[in-house]
Amino acid sequence: MTRQAISNPLHADEGADNGAPPPQINAPRHRRQLRIPPDVAQRIVVGGLWAIAMSAVAVLLFIIVFIMVKGLPHVTPEFLLQAPAKGGRLGGVSPMIFGTIAVAGLAVLIAGPIGVITAIYLTEYTRESKLTAFIRFGADCLAGIPSIIFGLFGFVFFADTLGLGISIISGALTLALMVLPTIIRTSEEAIRAVPAAFRDVSFGLGSTRWQMVTRVVLRSALPGIGTGIVLSIGRSISETAALMLTSGMVARHPSSVFDSARTLALHFFTLSREGISMPKAYATAAVLVLAILMINLLAYWFMRRFIARVR
Amino acid sequence: MMSANNEMHKVDHIRCSHVGEHCATSPGPAKIVVRDFHAGFGETQVLRNVSLDIYPCQRLAIIGPAGGGKTTFLRSLNRLNSLEHDFRHSGSILLDGQDIFASNVDVARIRRRVGMLYAVPIPLPLSIYENLTYGPRLAGIRDRHRLDELVETSLKSAILWDEVKDRLREPAHNLSGGQQQRMCLARVLALEPEVLLLDEPCSGLDPISTAKIEDALDELKSRYTVVLVTNNTKQAARASERTAFFLMGEMIECGPTAVIFTNPRHGRTSDYITGHFG
Amino acid sequence: MRASQGMPKRSPLGAWLDRKQDLFISSILLVVALSAISGLVVITAFIFKEGLPIMLQVGVGKFVSSSDWYPAEGHFGIFPMIMGSLAVTAGALVIGGVLGLGCAVVLTQFCPRWAVSILKPSIELLAGIPSVVYGFIGVVILVPMIRVHLGGPGLSVLASSIVLGIMMLPTVTSISVDALQAVPKAYRDGSIALGATHWQTTRMVILKASRSGLVAAMILGMGRAVGETMAVIMVAGNTLDVPDSILAPVRTLTSNIALEMGYAAGDHRKALFATGVVLFVIIMILNTIALTVSRRRSRRKSGA
Repeated sequence: MTRQAISNPLHADEGADNGAPPPQINAPRHRRQLRIPPDVAQRIVVGGLWAIAMSAVAVLLFIIVFIMVKGLPHVTPEFLLQAPAKGGRLGGVSPMIFGTIAVAGLAVLIAGPIGVITAIYLTEYTRESKLTAFIRFGADCLAGIPSIIFGLFGFVFFADTLGLGISIISGALTLALMVLPTIIRTSEEAIRAVPAAFRDVSFGLGSTRWQMVTRVVLRSALPGIGTGIVLSIGRSISETAALMLTSGMVARHPSSVFDSARTLALHFFTLSREGISMPKAYATAAVLVLAILMINLLAYWFMRRFIARVR
Repeated sequence: MMSANNEMHKVDHIRCSHVGEHCATSPGPAKIVVRDFHAGFGETQVLRNVSLDIYPCQRLAIIGPAGGGKTTFLRSLNRLNSLEHDFRHSGSILLDGQDIFASNVDVARIRRRVGMLYAVPIPLPLSIYENLTYGPRLAGIRDRHRLDELVETSLKSAILWDEVKDRLREPAHNLSGGQQQRMCLARVLALEPEVLLLDEPCSGLDPISTAKIEDALDELKSRYTVVLVTNNTKQAARASERTAFFLMGEMIECGPTAVIFTNPRHGRTSDYITGHFG
Repeated sequence: MRASQGMPKRSPLGAWLDRKQDLFISSILLVVALSAISGLVVITAFIFKEGLPIMLQVGVGKFVSSSDWYPAEGHFGIFPMIMGSLAVTAGALVIGGVLGLGCAVVLTQFCPRWAVSILKPSIELLAGIPSVVYGFIGVVILVPMIRVHLGGPGLSVLASSIVLGIMMLPTVTSISVDALQAVPKAYRDGSIALGATHWQTTRMVILKASRSGLVAAMILGMGRAVGETMAVIMVAGNTLDVPDSILAPVRTLTSNIALEMGYAAGDHRKALFATGVVLFVIIMILNTIALTVSRRRSRRKSGA
């Protein structure tokens, strides 16, 4: 056996697998006697890493379960359909649900087309150059700016300079800038994943570039783009700091996009921060977290469809 | 301009007369004239000094070892290469006397007249019906009956009609590999092109599917000008009237298939055909 | 009748438009594509326009090094907030960095398929939870725990660091996962074939090869922590002193803006914009470092 192992290097490797390390690693063993043997170290470290990963999942589960247990009992039909009374101590959150949908929906309606068009330009209408690097750099930087800075900007630019006031439209425009990088990035990835051969075929059948993009590429990339859009809606719903300064805190049903509207997240912040009503705060949080859960499920579903389609 | 128009009429007349055998024996004016054609991508020269006539209603096979520029040549004939940003060329390719590289040419129209079938079947992520009507719709045909008619005739030409007539609304990628390739052939035929470019159309298929594709092509030979790139010399011998041999970016020789395969002028041609290299 | 001839004849102008179509569409798309970059430019311009004058009036040195923040008397010094932001970010980096990197290593190296399909969506969902919810959980769970077991007011650097650490975990994990996955599989196989254990391989080969990507992940995670506002307001305590221990309350740059913007006017409002300028500069420095580090990595990769 020994002779065979020496004469055949392949067998020497098999030996290493069975626990006897090959000479390179074996050699300094006498100096390392006090150290933990590698296989034990492996077990300890992997155990520790798993503990870390599981604690992340545990934190998530805890947050969801905690909010649901404390909040769901207070989520009644009246809570969803009534306006708040006495500063939020009584009543429900219907204007906030409406305001959240208005601000987030409008933001994505603005950022969606711009983001997708940017992605189309970057992938189909130009090749890599200083200009594309510049555009991507802009998007990357935009993605890193904190929401409070967006809030300051929206406050002074949209509300003040453009005269839109503290309103749904100011908030939506600010949010649109915030989610634009996400939409650009996900759309670009989705479009790049469309097989190059589709483009050849489409051109070969006499399409123009624009026809190729709209009829083949976008069609295949749509679920991928959808994922990005849905995640942007999620981010819009969660946003508070920027909206506090742009769409404001008025807890009434807005009558137009130039009215202020308080979103669910901001309402929750106010209720809990000012200690107005803990049951109402928990209930609002439950609605918020449920919305986020559903949106993530939707994004996940889009992603599955996209993967199925591209394959 | 006048003469180009005249020529086009003449060619159409021959094509429409449906006398394939006649076409094959007396070529008449060339459908495609390639003169001193050089092409490459960036720094790489791929094709050198190719001059070649392609006659209407004939099948031209292009054979040669890999990397010889066959596919680049084929993709030049419908200007697909122009999609690569670093593609460059010199010399001319005339389709019915018209330079396809001229600046005033409608490239989409050229590609409709010169259809292409790729090495692997590439169904677009649409239904079978939508795949087939993709080209005609882009060409501006909206009439439902006309589209239905085009779908039926082209599927029949590709010998696929009986297999798919009841499932036209299904996604095209549900078809088997061989069926997909015949659908791709039908998709090109639905544009009623004048020239068919086939880029190793059977390389990814099993022998039975290959036979079906070849049968379909056999049916079509009287009506179309066909350029077939193939690695399979037997296929070239079976399915062409004329053969051109490409090696390292140059066209070594071109002539009637029977002559090329029995009595080539160049040693390298016979070496390749007899399997000494490539 | 062939399809191509069934097309209506185009007028010369129409044909010219057809030929130039790509160019027209491309220029229109380009204009739209520049909106991200123009947004960035306008944001920068307006934040500086609003904030810079008061900063220059007070003196940049004094503005960032003075500890006196009495807006009513016209004293504007944000040193405590800068220190506060640094303290909570450093703490968050320790917690979020370890957790995030740990998750990334598990996801890419030691994770069976089924576990990936649980872990990955969980971490993505963690990124989707609103920051106010994190802040709220921090207030009702974490803060009392710290107050009871460790002393102090509970609202503290420590509470903020833990909350921010968990919030930056998804950022760190997703960028680290990209970096770790970019390591060629051959490196790993080669090391395993030499008899190294899986963990030795990870430590000596994979972590080393993806070092710059991991650094970029940490820096971008820091950027997220520096910029976070609402959660920090809720758990940090927001006092105006430089924190002297991890159990002391702090105020960060972001919370300074969010807390006072509602009622600020005149110079006070401008001073808050100036706080924004400082925050903006810190973020831009972090972003630039992260982008340069990761770009160097991709250049090296393409060169190889």
